Amino acid sequence: MSALTDDTLPVTPRAMRDEMIVFAAMAVLLGLVPLTGIYPFFVMQALCFALLACAFNLLIGYGGLLSFGHAMFLGTAGYCSAHALKVWGVTPEVGILVGVAGAAALSVVTGFISIRRQGIYFSMITLALSQLLFFIYLQAPFTHGEDGIQGIPQGHLFGIFNLAKPTVLYYVVLAGFLGGFLLIYRTINSPFGEVLKSIRENEQRAISLGYKTDQYKLLAFILSGTLAGFAGSLKVFVAQNASLTDVHWTMSGEIVLMTLVGGLGTIFGPVVGAFVIIAMQQYLAGFGQWVTVIQGVIFVACVLTFRRGIIGEIAHFFRRSL
Amino acid sequence: MQALYAQLLVGLINGSFYALLSLGLAVIFGMLNIINFAHGALYMMGAFTAYFLLHLTGLGYWWALIIAPIVVGIFGMILERTMLQWLAGLDHLYGLLLTFGIALIVQGVFQNYFGSSGLPYAIPDYPEIGGFRGLQGGMNLGFMFLPIYRGWVVIFSLVVCLATWFLIEKTQLGAYLRAATENPTLVRAFGINVPRMITLTYGLGVGLAALAGVLSAPINQVRPLMGADLIIVVFAVVVIGGMGSIMGSIITGFALGVIEGLTKYFYPEASNTVVFVLMVLVLLVKPTGLTGRAA
Repeated sequence: MSALTDDTLPVTPRAMRDEMIVFAAMAVLLGLVPLTGIYPFFVMQALCFALLACAFNLLIGYGGLLSFGHAMFLGTAGYCSAHALKVWGVTPEVGILVGVAGAAALSVVTGFISIRRQGIYFSMITLALSQLLFFIYLQAPFTHGEDGIQGIPQGHLFGIFNLAKPTVLYYVVLAGFLGGFLLIYRTINSPFGEVLKSIRENEQRAISLGYKTDQYKLLAFILSGTLAGFAGSLKVFVAQNASLTDVHWTMSGEIVLMTLVGGLGTIFGPVVGAFVIIAMQQYLAGFGQWVTVIQGVIFVACVLTFRRGIIGEIAHFFRRSL
Repeated sequence: MQALYAQLLVGLINGSFYALLSLGLAVIFGMLNIINFAHGALYMMGAFTAYFLLHLTGLGYWWALIIAPIVVGIFGMILERTMLQWLAGLDHLYGLLLTFGIALIVQGVFQNYFGSSGLPYAIPDYPEIGGFRGLQGGMNLGFMFLPIYRGWVVIFSLVVCLATWFLIEKTQLGAYLRAATENPTLVRAFGINVPRMITLTYGLGVGLAALAGVLSAPINQVRPLMGADLIIVVFAVVVIGGMGSIMGSIITGFALGVIEGLTKYFYPEASNTVVFVLMVLVLLVKPTGLTGRAA
């Protein structure tokens, strides 16, 4: 089986330095957004999806596992957080914890089931599992079916930060995104991440070297699902609702698309991809179903001519890992 | 009991669609190493072709049954020639992504022009044989009332499935096909045009999906998204049955349809989810699927 990334570069101190420079630039740029007058809601939404795509990319880019059901973590965490905040009236930090815990529990169960098959079957299983969850949420009373949970109170994070203020909320979301991003970055460059890459390249050989690859894959799946859930919990504060759209397979497809556009298996690709796709949806909102068609065209174009994605092409051009 | 039989019949009908679609997926996967995500969209195109034939050219159901699979099959072969063939040698996942994109395009275009609501397609009322007007009406079997069209769908799908099985397992062409699935390079060395066979195989699989679409048009109405949710269920069917055997796909498809129908009678709340739950159970007990080989 051929690898997803055709040019693997060694992790050198120079590569690490490059990545830290880009990360610092990204953090500063994002930190300046509220001063520029750009509509913060758009950037917050994009940040949530960027974290989601990064979590998804951890599985596909470094473990070679294409999950076609990552929306289930987004939606589950969203529903859990929304329910805790609105019905139980908990504080924001507890609300986030409840959402993340819900996604983590879900990822343990679904991970255990789906890693039993590889490759194409893994994708079909994750898709089917997320569809199963979609139907459960459609019928469960606490999700309010088609209406979703609406008007979620934002409250004060740690009793200090008033999340109802857009600027405060923006920096909280940004902090959450950067924290999640660094956690993924650390994971990729850890011994655990190296084993994961070896599984992607050649699972049989990794097994013959004595690694229990199923455990590594399961752990990667749980980590990815939990972080995707964290993104979902943050999104609840931004959108102030939790609805069935977040669990639907079209959402899973969008996550895949963002990562593909930005660059599978690149560190910054999913972030760029998320901003590109969210911006596209924003600008083309008036075109109705043509957005779906355009997304389809991007899928086809990326797979046929642009498999490295935006960041992947840039990194390839400069012979750097990004 | 009437209701139970009625649900069993509905189950058998859904089972025929599962069988026809998963059969096509299995044949395509065997030759192209691609999971065809566009299968649901092509099934929908089959139903729409029948609709267009009727309303634009006046050609009715029986013509649609022949023409729609050919038209959609040719469309599929064009897709294979222009796009899918370039993925040979790449990771399987790219095939899934590409065909997902194709599905989005096709469904999006149809949604733009036809919205999301269903267009009616009447059950054919010709030819008149004895007291029957085409496939309309029904007959009393004593223990239940059988709408003729529904009985026709089940029997016709079964015949098509078995014919496909016969074509692949028992004919010379099928032998080439199976050989090319195992070792394309060797088969090419014997002077057989494998790329053309791959194109025809994709056309065949897609044609089966379109045929299922035509069969479904009078029952489920013609909708742009009629295949979108169906394809996910079919994926679960494929995971349960495995893609190793043609007969396995047929039997699994019909069996799951029946189980779904029974669930609709005994515990309707779970009828949407029962196939997925069964998939989970099968994965826990026998991860390779019921008929599948290790993959």
